[in-house]
Amino acid sequence: MNFSFDDQQVQFRDAVRSFLVVQAAPEVLREHWETTDSGRSPEMRQKITEQGLTALSVPEAYGGLQQGDLDWVLLLQEVGYHGIPDSLSDAAYVGVGIVAALEDEAFKSEWLGRMCEGKARLAISHPLNPLVHDAQIADLILLWHNDEVHAATPDQVGLELNPSIDASRRLYKLDWTPSDATRVCDAASGKAIWAQAVNRAAVAVGAQMVGLAQRMLDLGVDYSAQRKQFGKPIGSFQAIKHQMADIAVKIEFARPVLHRAAYALQHGDATLEAKVSHARLACAEAALLAARNAMQAHGAMGYTWEADLQMFMKRAWALESFWGDRLFHKQRVAQALFAADAQIGPGTTF
Amino acid sequence: MDLNYTQEQQQFRATVRGWLEAHVPSAPLPSFDTEEGFAAHRQWEAKLASQGYSAVTWPKDLGGLGADLIEWLIFEEEYWRAGAPGRVNQNGIFLLAPTLMEYGTAEQKARFLPRMATSEDTWAQGWSEPGAGSDMAAIRSTARREGDEFVINGQKIWSTRAVYADWLFGLFRSESGSSRHHGLSFILMPLDLPGITVRPIRQLNGLPGFAEIFFDNVRVPANNLLGGEGEGWRIAMATAGFERGLMLRSPARFQKTAADLVALYQANRERCDADPAIRDAVMKCWMDAEAYTLATYATASRLAKGAKIGAEASTNKIFWSELDVKMHETAMSILGARAELMPHAPRAEGIAQWLDGFLFSLAGPIYAGTNEIQRNIIAERMLGMPRA
Repeated sequence: MNFSFDDQQVQFRDAVRSFLVVQAAPEVLREHWETTDSGRSPEMRQKITEQGLTALSVPEAYGGLQQGDLDWVLLLQEVGYHGIPDSLSDAAYVGVGIVAALEDEAFKSEWLGRMCEGKARLAISHPLNPLVHDAQIADLILLWHNDEVHAATPDQVGLELNPSIDASRRLYKLDWTPSDATRVCDAASGKAIWAQAVNRAAVAVGAQMVGLAQRMLDLGVDYSAQRKQFGKPIGSFQAIKHQMADIAVKIEFARPVLHRAAYALQHGDATLEAKVSHARLACAEAALLAARNAMQAHGAMGYTWEADLQMFMKRAWALESFWGDRLFHKQRVAQALFAADAQIGPGTTF
Repeated sequence: MDLNYTQEQQQFRATVRGWLEAHVPSAPLPSFDTEEGFAAHRQWEAKLASQGYSAVTWPKDLGGLGADLIEWLIFEEEYWRAGAPGRVNQNGIFLLAPTLMEYGTAEQKARFLPRMATSEDTWAQGWSEPGAGSDMAAIRSTARREGDEFVINGQKIWSTRAVYADWLFGLFRSESGSSRHHGLSFILMPLDLPGITVRPIRQLNGLPGFAEIFFDNVRVPANNLLGGEGEGWRIAMATAGFERGLMLRSPARFQKTAADLVALYQANRERCDADPAIRDAVMKCWMDAEAYTLATYATASRLAKGAKIGAEASTNKIFWSELDVKMHETAMSILGARAELMPHAPRAEGIAQWLDGFLFSLAGPIYAGTNEIQRNIIAERMLGMPRA
């Protein structure tokens, strides 16, 4: 029994963190989001590729690093913290996972190879998300259809842009017709592939939510140390301190749940869905409280476009219902918890 | 990361489970806040101690099993699963003992710890005073050094278990004219010394769960000083760290309550499901009990790698105490009109634990440093926010 990460995993996380601190400053991201149609930067994607992130999940046989869910769960907290658009995890983690699970070798070689080289963006269409993120600039869209996996390029589907409150997100309503030509996997195999994809995506969203919560906590703490009223930093007042402490508590008790969910994903687990959804709910709770309390600590500045807080706050709001809303995840927990054969109580956690 | 128990850990669990199944009293013991109940719990502690089970993490020569923190968690899981009695000497075993191990002399460890393990000596805390609650550095009770003795004067209050306990550990001002956290000493004394008066205080449930203690020229041998003279604050803070930290409230306790709450919900499902808020609260409680368990395993794993427990311990105390209140509030709301029944009421059969537990849970956010103080600690020491 050892519920901690290996040194190697932590070191890789730290390296990615150092990279993002330098490369993903808020002003850089704002420029991509606010001044370009796609909201994305090829240069940034190239740098992310050089860090190995797009090849992280790709099996070694296809030129990748073949790392698992536990590696991702650490990295995606950094991705969330630094506000990197969540389409990265859909492509490099969830999307690669779907492609790697397919049987068509030629298809796998092509797309996994391109992912490793940073020459492909994957988008995913699944009924949990009525709109598809980054569909227009995707090189390939993976689509759910009655548990089958289909694949199409953006020119094969109709795209209707729906702007989000989160300036980083490019959401599209898709109009497409499934056909033999688009099908890459039948429903018999596809069912398990999609189930795993949904669980991965939920863990990915959870990890980013924890990262966002930590970022908003840091912003709230920093701002309240700078801002003076009544001749003192407002951060010296208990009313502010306690709001920040409440965020810290939520984060402390969301992270272990998230890490256990990632472990369950990587190693398989009889109640995987409940574990993932529990993590997702706990992480969202931390992020939403962080958004609320950090905004309050910022006062009127928290209500501006200028303060960076809004970037992270809006992401948290958007992610709250991405890859399953609260109702979806609560129902999955309820199903396991209230089952007749549920194993609960002391000694049943592992 | 490896979330499987080793063969040895599984074997340990099986051994503990077997012993508890054979020895846990079939009927609950009377409350340890009664004279009769205190005696019965003391006997139970002695029985536990015969197996090294009263303090599994202590070294074997002091009465423990030399267990690591994961084994401690396993032991606690089995203990709560078995519905075994509450721990009457936890002030000693879980709070004072870690401090004694770190700051005590060899002589003090040998004198106090084995008798603590068997509960021949039971312990009460002497921190708070009428003018020193959350502001513990405002302590005024004095310990004046006279040769080989300290002469103690003053008053302590809210001293848990002091009514029936044998010994007291606490903080006293040993340097006259000193202020705040300077000049305090950590002193241990038997509660039957001449000059000590213990006056019971009735708690919400009507029982004397804590007491106020008056000291009138009480003479305590100087070899009952723990650590150096004037070092008391630092040592007390270490004790407070243990209290908030890991050992005071093992996750198994809350998992047991959460599982009981789920069972209560299932047994009253028809009524409960008319109010979706109840189902939601039951789920949340169970998830949070799991989260507390997972966080504790993560901390234990980190400590095993050599990390130290820091200000994040304060997040534990907030989390479990608020969870405990929420679980019991939810149970009370499921029980509806029966919730108010005293445990001995004829119609309270099978639900007596809930009212008791509800009252006790309300103390959680107050004792061991109020949750407001914990939030200050988190803000200042964990987040680095400016002091007032």
